[in-house]
Amino acid sequence: MLKPDLLIVGAGPAGMSAAIVAARAGLKVVVVDEQPTPGGQIWRGVEANAGTSRGRALGAQYCSGLATVRAFRECGAVYWPSTRVWQIEPTLGTYVTGPGGTRVITPRLVLIATGAQERPAPLRGWTLAGVMTVGAAQILLKNPGSVPSEAVWIAGCGPLALLYAHQLVRMGGAVAGFLDTRPSTPLRESLRLAGRAVLRSSGELAKGASWYAELRHRAGRYVPGVVDLQALGTDRLEGVRYRTAAGRVEEIRTSLLLIHEGVLPELHTVRSLGCEIQWDAGQAAYRPVLNEWGECSHPDILIAGDAAGIGGAEAAVHRGRLSALRILQRLGKVAAEPGMTEENCRTALARALALRPFLDRVFRPRGEIFAPDDDTIVCRCEELRVRDLRAALAGSVGPNQLKAFTRAGMGPCQGRQCGLTVAALIAAAEGRQMSDVQPFRVRPPLKPVRLCDLAGLADEGLSS
Amino acid sequence: MKAGQATTAVIGGGLHGLACALALVQRGQDVVLFERSWIGRRASGATAAGVRTLWRDPAEIALSLEALERWYRMDALVGDDCGFRAGGQIKVAESHAEMEALAARSARTRDLGFHHEELIDPRELRRLAPMISEHCVGGLIARRDGAADPHRTIAAFRGAAEGYGAVIREGISVMALEPDAGGWRVVTDAGNWSVRHVVNAAGAWGGQVCRMVGEAIRFGYKASMVFVTERVQQAFGPVFSTVGRPLSFKQSSQGTLVVGGGIQGWADLEKGSTQVDFRALARGAAAAQTLFPAIRNVQIVRAWTGLEGKTPDLLPVIGPSARAPGVFHTFGFSGHGFELVPLVGEIIADCIMHGRSHYDIGAFDVARLLV
Ligand SMILES: Cc1cc2nc3c(=O)[nH]c(=O)nc-3n(C[C@H](O)[C@@H](O)[C@H](O)COP(=O)(O)OP(=O)(O)OC[C@H]3O[C@@H](n4cnc5c(N)ncnc54)[C@H](O)[C@@H]3O)c2cc1C
Ligand SMILES: Cc1cc2nc3c(=O)[nH]c(=O)nc-3n(C[C@H](O)[C@H](O)[C@H](O)COP(=O)(O)OP(=O)(O)OC[C@H]3O[C@@H](n4cnc5c(N)ncnc54)[C@H](O)[C@@H]3O)c2cc1C
Repeated sequence: MLKPDLLIVGAGPAGMSAAIVAARAGLKVVVVDEQPTPGGQIWRGVEANAGTSRGRALGAQYCSGLATVRAFRECGAVYWPSTRVWQIEPTLGTYVTGPGGTRVITPRLVLIATGAQERPAPLRGWTLAGVMTVGAAQILLKNPGSVPSEAVWIAGCGPLALLYAHQLVRMGGAVAGFLDTRPSTPLRESLRLAGRAVLRSSGELAKGASWYAELRHRAGRYVPGVVDLQALGTDRLEGVRYRTAAGRVEEIRTSLLLIHEGVLPELHTVRSLGCEIQWDAGQAAYRPVLNEWGECSHPDILIAGDAAGIGGAEAAVHRGRLSALRILQRLGKVAAEPGMTEENCRTALARALALRPFLDRVFRPRGEIFAPDDDTIVCRCEELRVRDLRAALAGSVGPNQLKAFTRAGMGPCQGRQCGLTVAALIAAAEGRQMSDVQPFRVRPPLKPVRLCDLAGLADEGLSS
Repeated sequence: MKAGQATTAVIGGGLHGLACALALVQRGQDVVLFERSWIGRRASGATAAGVRTLWRDPAEIALSLEALERWYRMDALVGDDCGFRAGGQIKVAESHAEMEALAARSARTRDLGFHHEELIDPRELRRLAPMISEHCVGGLIARRDGAADPHRTIAAFRGAAEGYGAVIREGISVMALEPDAGGWRVVTDAGNWSVRHVVNAAGAWGGQVCRMVGEAIRFGYKASMVFVTERVQQAFGPVFSTVGRPLSFKQSSQGTLVVGGGIQGWADLEKGSTQVDFRALARGAAAAQTLFPAIRNVQIVRAWTGLEGKTPDLLPVIGPSARAPGVFHTFGFSGHGFELVPLVGEIIADCIMHGRSHYDIGAFDVARLLV
């Protein structure tokens, strides 16, 4: 088990789909995921929820994950839940810690299917107790099914914020107000980007439009074109101040604010291995440089799903399958399922991605996120403000030196929360493009590991 | 300073290069410093920053004590105390046999006339380290030792050197050194410079610079690793090491724990790349946990490997070149050069400007390493 043909990191749509194809074709596959059950972000907890009223409230797309999860459970891949990968060496030695302790796996190939993270959206007061992300709130909905007892305020932009509001209402919760930070884009331009995809994806578009309509109807208040968003309070959240599209400054009182500004590929794993990345202006995010199979600049590592660039769950499934087909090819195997061909996967992937340029355009994050005001905390772990970083920037060069001098990115989140903002501040200070600025170098471990879990590896060395 | 001309060129923008540049500009020289990547990119930015006179090679003790005095007046030297905190350094004995080894060492250093190391019994050990494991039986302490903040130290030395007029060129590699009328031509990947003197402060690449002037030496490198934890509630004053295990354990001024101890990772000198070997680093974690069982659940958040030059006798190379007049060496600190930073720059400046230093640096002569 410690020397499989293929190690897959992540049991979301991409990882599971790849595992099914690879394991059915006879490869020895190990799948590691830090969550207790398979499903990834979109299908979190689906085995427990499907068929219940909670599952119905979460929606058909959510429940549809059950089939994939079942197929994954039965495909023959070895699955280690509640296990985190915290280091992958360039020679593929992979360190994992879970219920079985700490182990080192040395696979022939690795597929990274670690999904997305929410885009950090620094705003004044975002570290106050009472401010949380929509993603975190949605995890609560999916797991213990806890619905906030009071009506919530949501501020942000992106499909996930809309989906959450929709799911919350269906589960009996209430939206006190929705502060829409989506910059207004001329609908015609956005639709032109969608092109013919509009026709094929009219169902998706209609669903999105209906969520919007529902929101306008059900939310206590709906405020479009919000800017200068600020969470107010001293110890914990007391209210929110913002500027409306018309330029009026308004304030509301609340003890709970959910924020969300879209999602980004999880790049920590990829970058720790030194794999090449590039700036994707359309998605306003870095993404790995990949070929059409998901192969990256490291010869034995492939990347699939939202970690490869945001494409959504449907695309994640097909990217996972394509990467698996490539892996089969490389290891001299063929897919067991009829119809599991490159051509079919590519057609399906193209269809799944058709609406993406439209979504990217409509939900493009507002510029403010990349240029927060001086008082805003950027690095939450070290409580560094924009001001501190700008001052340091006046002297030093590049993100790694900035890190050394300010400690930005040195805390437990390892730069996941501040890396992109810091890169944007550097680009602005030096008049460069994001494509010319590299984010922080990633230091291992990828995820914090307890001292005793690392020490355990020394005992193992002694006994073997 | 005219473009392309200086009195002295320093190769290497680690702490030793910066300290040399500072001492030279303070004495009125024109100095240009070349750093291949950025200031502090290598050992000096990766260091655990222990300020240690404890358990030094006898040949280094006198210098280290002299350097220690400068740590106490850092503010006057470079305008910042560099985060130096004197919590002491303790070598812990985990058995009576180890305690005997400490006693023997202590007797030897006293015979040499040094009194900075002191044996302590279990009670004093527990007073200084209430959380230390029951099985520890005593230790050897240097009470005036401590640790500093490496990045503040780099920033302070850089700022002071530039303040006196040193020119620092980052992103420039020295490719060759050619004899020139009355000095040296420094060939870089961004033009040539004419200088009278050259300082080799190239760290792990010090041997390469020696070769540029026809001085082949026996020289290797170390790729020491360090890990850092989240902030912890407990307070650890001194820096700890042990007799029998690879460990160096301290708390930074931010409250995080910094654990190293010379455990080796992987490195490729040519590419300049390094890699953490967690299997090896696990021994450091095990040692830390054995000494302080209470920290076993603390989260490790970062680990790294730093590259540093290593000589066969683990002593640095300090002083004039054996073969190339006008070239001076300060490299190969073999894993313990941080403490010496405030002194060695002055020594090199004296060698350059007065032909000698009043400290005894015979043990660090490059001649011992020539092949
Ligand atoms: C918080 C959040 C909530 C979302 N909710 C929805 C939703 O409800 N509906 C929707 O359509 N889209 C949602 N998305 C978008 C999401 O990215 C989906 O498009 C889809 O889940 C992507 O599939 P994937 O397989 O690429 O990654 P994911 O589904 O994200 O799966 C990645 C898996 O990798 C695991 N993982 C990551 N790093 C490690 C590691 N180091 N060690 C071990 N395991 C690791 C994670 O635990 C996770 O299970 C959400 C995204 C986020 C960030
Ligand atoms: C992990 C670790 C922990 C340590 N802990 C301690 C400790 O606790 N206490 C202690 O006293 N010491 C410690 N040390 C050792 C100490 O950090 C070093 O001895 C010291 O920093 C060496 O400084 P330096 O200037 O000689 O080398 P460096 O800082 O490595 O500087 C040399 C510089 O020269 C540059 N260079 C090389 N060749 C060229 C060229 N041809 N052209 C231009 N530039 C060039 C390099 O890029 C490099 O930046 C530790 C070291 C490491 C790696």
